[in-house]
Amino acid sequence: MILQKILESYPVSEDYLLEILIDVDKQKENHFISEEEITIISNHLGIKESHVCSVVSFYTLLSTTPRGKYIIQICKDVPCYLNDDFNVLKTVENELNIKVNDTTRNQKFTLEFTACIGCCDEAPAMRINDSTYTNLTREKVIKIINDYKEGKYD
Amino acid sequence: MIERIELTKRFDKIDPLSIKNYLDFGGYEVFKKALKMKQEDILNEIALSRITGRGGAGFPVSIKMKSFAKESGFKYVVCNADEGEPGNFKDRYLMEKDPHQIIEGILISAFSTGASKCFIYIRGEYAKAIGIMKNAIKQAYKTNHLGMNILGSNFSFEIEIRRGAGAYVCGEEFALIESIEGKPGRTRVKPPFPTQVGVFDKPTLINNVETFCNLPFILRIGGTEYSKIGNEYASGTKLISLTGNVKNKGLYEVPYGRTIREVIEVLGGGVNDNKKISMVQLGGACGAIIPESLLDMDIDNEKFNIFDSKMGAGAIIVMDESFDMFDIILKNMEFFQHETCGKCMPCREGHIQVLNLIKKFVRYSANEKDYLSLESLAQVIHETALCGLGQTSMTSIISTMKFFKEDYQQRIKESLFKEEYYG
Ligand SMILES: Cc1cc2nc3c(=O)[nH]c(=O)nc-3n(C[C@H](O)[C@H](O)[C@H](O)COP(=O)(O)O)c2cc1C
Ligand code: SF4
Ligand code: FES
Repeated sequence: MILQKILESYPVSEDYLLEILIDVDKQKENHFISEEEITIISNHLGIKESHVCSVVSFYTLLSTTPRGKYIIQICKDVPCYLNDDFNVLKTVENELNIKVNDTTRNQKFTLEFTACIGCCDEAPAMRINDSTYTNLTREKVIKIINDYKEGKYD
Repeated sequence: MIERIELTKRFDKIDPLSIKNYLDFGGYEVFKKALKMKQEDILNEIALSRITGRGGAGFPVSIKMKSFAKESGFKYVVCNADEGEPGNFKDRYLMEKDPHQIIEGILISAFSTGASKCFIYIRGEYAKAIGIMKNAIKQAYKTNHLGMNILGSNFSFEIEIRRGAGAYVCGEEFALIESIEGKPGRTRVKPPFPTQVGVFDKPTLINNVETFCNLPFILRIGGTEYSKIGNEYASGTKLISLTGNVKNKGLYEVPYGRTIREVIEVLGGGVNDNKKISMVQLGGACGAIIPESLLDMDIDNEKFNIFDSKMGAGAIIVMDESFDMFDIILKNMEFFQHETCGKCMPCREGHIQVLNLIKKFVRYSANEKDYLSLESLAQVIHETALCGLGQTSMTSIISTMKFFKEDYQQRIKESLFKEEYYG
């Protein structure tokens, strides 16, 4: 259903492959591209499945395995590191009881690293789906995670 | 005054979601003027301005535009908004706070070179900027600043946004072209250059967001007047992304030719907690790391050559004495190891080896041989990598071996000490 709508929103031309994949990954609650979807997309655009796979695996924002409803990405580059005096990563790991690259058992959260997200003037920073959270402090991180846990953004 | 507010003058004064606000502020006036000019006269003004690209490499803008203008047939302009270099956020601010300025710059560029369509390639992480740019483009179509016969002229032009999906290398011109075509972002071998064979094999002019924003400014005051801003090596203003251990992190617009120290001390308010600066990294992860003693250096394209480095996109990352140089280098190397596209051997394999060597320095277990291996490996990657990623990724190592050699030697000594006493 979601996929069909997305496919209809673009011209049938192979250069829209990446745009389509980004939409699928974003719009699905578990943020991943399934084998079945790869087949449908490749048939629709008239390209090889292996080509679709090579694109999915090249780009870090795309995934072929199911992820949580909320993808938490912690910035790991130097400007954030220089301003991270309480350890954002550890704080989130503690709050969720998972390690980086894991998903919580209730499928609600996946924890990842990200390269710099261009918020270094308000470092340290993290992203949850399409929202950025900056000038993080330990208290702020705990509150943000709890708000998500309690369903404030569901 | 250290700052000179030109590209950022509308920031927070206009609503980025309103084209009317932009028009009320004199927006699109310069483009209207350009529509009545001869194309070669516009290109000549840009040549007189001496402007260089703001995306990192600092190539003269008019040379690229003039050679592109000579190509015939359907031609593309690409606005590079991939901004993935750690420490940079200027393009995000330009998109989020004054999107129509970018569109006006793109229109001037396209009209003067005979291009018909533009792709704005924005990194996927910039969700807010993507939303604002999409809205601005929609408004520009509605008011006939885009589309057929723009403002009653015989110039027609389209803009489309394409999103990246988390690959730093896609900021490199050919990787970006591949990505727009819906493929993995792996570079091509040059020549031919994009201005000859680019997107869908058509001639393509690629410039950075900030570069486009300068074009309305140049035509407004004239190329000669523009060239007087800055110094003999670089003209105009530069957006500086100032970060790290400074009091006032943020975006600053300064004319070329000011010193790095002025930016850090006067605009940045110096270092936090009265600590001392130990190092500054310029440009981002691909830039040189320099000691405090070199901060009186002017900001321009020429002076930075002594570091074998470019001015880059304008990041200044300040580090105080509490941070270990090898930790910083390790973070840089982890970044590049993650971002390598794997197409060429020196970059694909080299970063793995370099990471192992740097880890030895971080863990106090490095010897003289490791230093020599690191030195030659860094040089080989720098000289033999296929694209700009591998050619510049070693800059932090090469520059610290030049300016902080004693730190490497000290670490080797301490490693030996550690081994003797702790086994
Ligand atoms: C690995 C790599 C990443 C790059 N990333 C960007 C980028 O994010 N934005 C950008 O404008 N230029 C980037 N560049 C530079 C572009 O290849 C190109 O030089 C630039 O877009 C040209 O525009 P300009 O002349 O206006 O600066 C990158 C280059 C390399 C090698
Ligand atoms: S230098 Fe690195 S990023 Fe560039 S083509 Fe080679 S492997 Fe790819
Ligand atoms: S380094 Fe974290 S946002 Fe730039």
